[in-house]
Amino acid sequence: MNEMLLTLLRGLAVTVELTVAASVLAAVIALAAGLARMSPRSALAWPAAVYVEVFRGTSALVQLFWFFFVLPFFGIKLPAFAAGILVLALNTGAYGAEVVRGAVLAVPRGQLDASAALNLSRLQTLWRIVLPQAIPAMLPPAGNLAIELLKNSALVSLITITELTFAAQLLRAESLRSAEIFGLVLVLYFAVALCITAGMRLLERRAARGLERGGA
Amino acid sequence: MIFDWGYAWDIAPRLAEGLVVTLQATVLGMAVALTLGLVLALARRSHHRLLAWPTSALVEFVRSTPLLVQIYFLFYILPDAGLRLSPLATGVLALGLHYAAYCSEVYRAGLESVPKGQWEAAVALNLSHWRTMKDIIIPQAIPPVVPALGNYLVAMFKDTPLLSAITVLELLQAAKLVGSETFRYVEPLTLVGVLFLILSLVSAAAIRWVEGRLRIEG
Repeated sequence: MNEMLLTLLRGLAVTVELTVAASVLAAVIALAAGLARMSPRSALAWPAAVYVEVFRGTSALVQLFWFFFVLPFFGIKLPAFAAGILVLALNTGAYGAEVVRGAVLAVPRGQLDASAALNLSRLQTLWRIVLPQAIPAMLPPAGNLAIELLKNSALVSLITITELTFAAQLLRAESLRSAEIFGLVLVLYFAVALCITAGMRLLERRAARGLERGGA
Repeated sequence: MIFDWGYAWDIAPRLAEGLVVTLQATVLGMAVALTLGLVLALARRSHHRLLAWPTSALVEFVRSTPLLVQIYFLFYILPDAGLRLSPLATGVLALGLHYAAYCSEVYRAGLESVPKGQWEAAVALNLSHWRTMKDIIIPQAIPPVVPALGNYLVAMFKDTPLLSAITVLELLQAAKLVGSETFRYVEPLTLVGVLFLILSLVSAAAIRWVEGRLRIEG
């Protein structure tokens, strides 16, 4: 029993590692793609729009298999772990890009007019005026996406990464005690999801405080 | 290595068979999700705390844990419990349960958006609780949430490849089999991706159309 728990906890560590790494990458991608999609330059806006539609329109598992099985034929051979992180990040990043776009569009237009009146450059307007107001609105949906990412991370067990779900499969093959193992795995995932929710709530409160001080 | 159209054409019939299973799983799974979701939403709103509280906990739990693990759980546990279902039936049940949790939240929003006056009027007319629900509240609660439910239909469609993990021969599994026979994965997996993209974009457009219609009528 102890041996079993240890194997699962080791798998859990990998799952957390995957989730954290992919979340950070997804946040960067989402910000870049979301802003690019709103750009007046079509050379930026178009590729971003195609990326978002392709990754939101296809299945995460199909994307994973495509990166793992098809890319090697084009001479790009990614290790399973890198492919896993990349696909998880690209998939979540596509949904995140829409969150970024929505939050930025929700910033009142007057803020842009005021920045223009103050002769701020476009970059200054973006970094100092728009994003600080848009980010608090992005956080609650970002928290949901982080939980989606955690849940999707189970998929990488199918490309042989030994994370929590894969560890459970190994144990099941050994001990055949499916109910205990998969029940416990579900509880472990739920616990991580609760941690993400709690963490995001903390972030939201900080962001809201920053806005009160900075604004009005 | 380039895309071989002749080979792609040869494997198309086998992928089409997989697509049929994918569509079956989606439609049946959604039927389970829509029914069970409404039950969960009503149970969660119940005044009996012994019913409402465990339902909320269940919905939260199902929503925060991976579908793949839920599929494995049912796949390995049901036979132990004496229930022998085909892999496809197990998969449909898992998809249905998972999305029922999401749909129940959608229904809940719909139920809450029905004006309070409707309840008061039903009480004034001396309608029973059951009749109020069935004839007054639910008919007003569901049409506004149809687009949101449609989005979950598309999401479920995109989750059906997970059933390949329990040996259901759906679209992705068919593509993998074809690929493993010939060691050529480019065509089958790319075709699967393109099929998913087209079907999702078309259904998203359909949902937007329904949404527009609802707005005109409402």
